Amino acid sequence: MAKIRRNDKREMPALNTSSLPDIIFMLLFFFMSVTSMKEVTYKVSFTTPQATELTKLEKKSLVRYIYVGTPTKDFRKQYGTESRIQLDDAFAEKSEIGEYVLNESSNMNEEDRPKMTISIKADKETRMGIINDIKQELRAVSALKINYAATQRTSL
Amino acid sequence: MAKKIPQINASSMADISFLLLIFFLVTTSMDVNQGLARRLPAPIPPDQKVEDTDINKRNLMVVKINSENQLMVQGELTSVKELRAKAKEFILNANNEEHLPALVEEDFGAPIGKVKYTKDHVISVQNDVDTQYQAYLDVQNELVAAYNELREECAKKYFHMGYNELEEEQQKQIQKLYPQKISEAEPKNYGGN
Repeated sequence: MAKIRRNDKREMPALNTSSLPDIIFMLLFFFMSVTSMKEVTYKVSFTTPQATELTKLEKKSLVRYIYVGTPTKDFRKQYGTESRIQLDDAFAEKSEIGEYVLNESSNMNEEDRPKMTISIKADKETRMGIINDIKQELRAVSALKINYAATQRTSL
Repeated sequence: MAKKIPQINASSMADISFLLLIFFLVTTSMDVNQGLARRLPAPIPPDQKVEDTDINKRNLMVVKINSENQLMVQGELTSVKELRAKAKEFILNANNEEHLPALVEEDFGAPIGKVKYTKDHVISVQNDVDTQYQAYLDVQNELVAAYNELREECAKKYFHMGYNELEEEQQKQIQKLYPQKISEAEPKNYGGN
């Protein structure tokens, strides 16, 4: 006969958590693989302009970046608020671009060199004068594949 | 009797991996690097004289951007929104008009066959030193968009597929029909400042 026992103290069975680490590891590996760390520490601040006809930059090893923007707070005293160029981790003059590109391409495999892409990450407020200068410098060293970094425009 | 190996207490494993997980969660930036891909013109050898290449006036579409980010297309003040339609009209010249680029008939292979197209058209973008980067990129974007739309339409018409789904060989055929010809002049100063 069924009888409801109420006063019986039944302990709740411990939840088996042995698979928890596995689940967490799975998540961990997912995030590890999709993570892209910042390439450099930015000394210039910029917001890339918006566009719609974007292509993804494939093969990160073939891409070199040129940053253009106003110096960040820490460097404003020293460099003012004029737009400046940053190569790798340091400010650079436009005359140094050619040398930098040649140097980088000589570190690449022979067959990869023509595929090198220069991505220009510039602030949308930048004046074209400085961009034109960069383009002329790149032309001079035959780095002709360029990419204007931009973000997807969501609405017009 | 063999000694029993004590089991390692793995209960902190979850905590450790949580810690790592949170670290990567925080440092992750999902944004992929993307942008507008362009190709610069090849450099002019220093010993070569710069010649004014003779381009027939009807084959040339001049887009000027001044320091106030205003557009002038073929001598008319234009907004960025109108640029795409204008560029498409220019590239196509569907009605064979006098002031639009000359049509040339050429065989593009099956299934396109012999088609008339504006072989020698050039879109020239000229900008001021003080033009804003965003305005310049807007123009570039619209011009690339015009070409992309034409290629897409062509792919739909002849292959009944989207341009991106086509084989490389077929894409080349379309690229030959609509080659991207955006030339950029040496920077000059146009009015203002």
